[in-house]
Amino acid sequence: MNVETLDTIKTVVFEKTESLLDVEMHYCPGCGHSVTHRLIAEVIDELGIVEETIGVAPVGCSVFAYNYIGVDFSEAAHGRASAAATGIKRVFPEKYVFSYQGDGDLAAIGTGETIHTCNRGENILIIFINNGIYGMTGGQMAPTTLPNMKSTTSPFGRDTKSMGYPLKITDLVAQLPGTYYVTRQSVHKPLNVRRAKKAIQKGFEYQKLNKGTCFIEIVSNCPSNWKMTPVESNKWLDENMLPFYPLGDLKVPNEKEV
Amino acid sequence: MIKLMKGNEALAEAAIRAGADAYFGYPITPQSEVLEYLSREAEKRTGMVVLQAESEVASINMVYGAAGTGKKVWTSSSSPGISLMQEGISYIASAELPCLIVNVQRGGPGLGTIQPAQSDYFQSVKGGGHGDYRLIVLAPASVQEMSDFVKLSFELAFKYRNPVMILSDGALGQMMEKVEFFEQQERKFDKLDWALVGKPKNRAHNVITSLHIKPDKMEEINIHLQKKYKLIEENEIRFEEIMCDDADYIITAFGLVARICTKAAELAREKGIKVGVFRPISLFPFPSKQIDSYSKKIKGILDVEMNAGQMVEDVKLSVNGKVPVEFYGRMGGIVPAPDEILEALENYIAGGKL
Repeated sequence: MNVETLDTIKTVVFEKTESLLDVEMHYCPGCGHSVTHRLIAEVIDELGIVEETIGVAPVGCSVFAYNYIGVDFSEAAHGRASAAATGIKRVFPEKYVFSYQGDGDLAAIGTGETIHTCNRGENILIIFINNGIYGMTGGQMAPTTLPNMKSTTSPFGRDTKSMGYPLKITDLVAQLPGTYYVTRQSVHKPLNVRRAKKAIQKGFEYQKLNKGTCFIEIVSNCPSNWKMTPVESNKWLDENMLPFYPLGDLKVPNEKEV
Repeated sequence: MIKLMKGNEALAEAAIRAGADAYFGYPITPQSEVLEYLSREAEKRTGMVVLQAESEVASINMVYGAAGTGKKVWTSSSSPGISLMQEGISYIASAELPCLIVNVQRGGPGLGTIQPAQSDYFQSVKGGGHGDYRLIVLAPASVQEMSDFVKLSFELAFKYRNPVMILSDGALGQMMEKVEFFEQQERKFDKLDWALVGKPKNRAHNVITSLHIKPDKMEEINIHLQKKYKLIEENEIRFEEIMCDDADYIITAFGLVARICTKAAELAREKGIKVGVFRPISLFPFPSKQIDSYSKKIKGILDVEMNAGQMVEDVKLSVNGKVPVEFYGRMGGIVPAPDEILEALENYIAGGKL
């Protein structure tokens, strides 16, 4: 085959979206963060809102989200991403503002900010990655760690009698009048990736309605700290995380309003 | 326009007039009038955002987020609340965001008292939060300055991309004095090249962060910050000298205490003791050279504060042993009276210390 022939049969079937920056990610192989980043970048590009979007990154594994998603971005102190996002949205109500937070950030140290941001109905999108563990610090127990699940600080499994119960914060925020759209998704299978993308798209689109906070939980994995291969971790997610954190919408807008 | 007003209200009025874009705060005595006044006045007059946050931690992080857009934002609190904000202030200083933080100090430590104190000097001037950073710190001594310093603070914050603190106290916040306000300034927004405004096609995305995981980069950031602080030290020293020209003794004091010390100096002069008052207005940068310039002309310095002796350390460093420095302070919310300050000075002189 000569070069000319090669050119004529070239068909692009998949291309990296523009706002997903062309850099090496630090995420472990098989981690759900990278897929979720890609979905956010795709939605922002497809909606054509790069110039109108400001993101807020948490402290945790996704602390460098701003290195991968090419929109204006602010880092935030641990747990305070939704407060920082509130500050941005209040001075720039016309912008699309989103925070990206892990379970330790959003549901432990930042619980107060999360609840009050949602309760004020800030018109932002909160994307919440729940993998049931502290990833960046090396596998400690998270507020979302399942009962009997082992971590470096629950080495014999989470004993709910002394360590408390996993916090279903998504169910909590769904009860607040300030939230507009609350859903729980995952990115561990192609079908779920497509559904998660649809949810993220809605989360951005709804911001223009000024109806309240959109909150999307992504139940995710942590192969490194779960000490599993990526494939094993996805299977474990299916069998253990999803029964406790069932996928689906927890609060949907009245379709007539939309 | 001249008005009779509480210090806290003058502060709030000045921020409206300075064209501030947003205020994020949480109620705490003795500064709750700031949030109350703004809630009544700000939005209807200029469209300023006023948001009562769920905590001081949330307030300062809202300030952090909003300051990253290049808008003119601020917060205020009193000592325990300012303690809660220290982490956020460190982030703001590291990310070089312009903003104004006002501390209407009350007595500590702990929950302490709601009465005035100056015991947050160290926290304000030496860092407070983690890491090597500085705030520009201005100490008003009157309700007039509670107003004037708001405008000045925003100018300095944007000039240096640095957080500015107004270090006031509960007495200044609560007392009423006449105040002449500057004209209402238009709220205008200039897109700054570093700020988060939404990424246009012709530039890379802007990032506000204080995280630089590689040590060589983090050292570079530190060196840059230190250079900036040096520049601030060269350009932004502010102070007031009262009856210092012919003085044999100088009282150093900041904020409201400097006014009480002025009365003490007048009483001293009636008794034939030539006393002057040197008032640092900028606590960082500190007027060290200016204080040192008196070292060879005077017999001694009495530093007076409403704390256990904090600024006195900087006064001693300024004169570096060339002239004796003694201290008189009241704590826990007690405001010293002129006659007790004079008595302290006379005792030090009689005892051969000054």
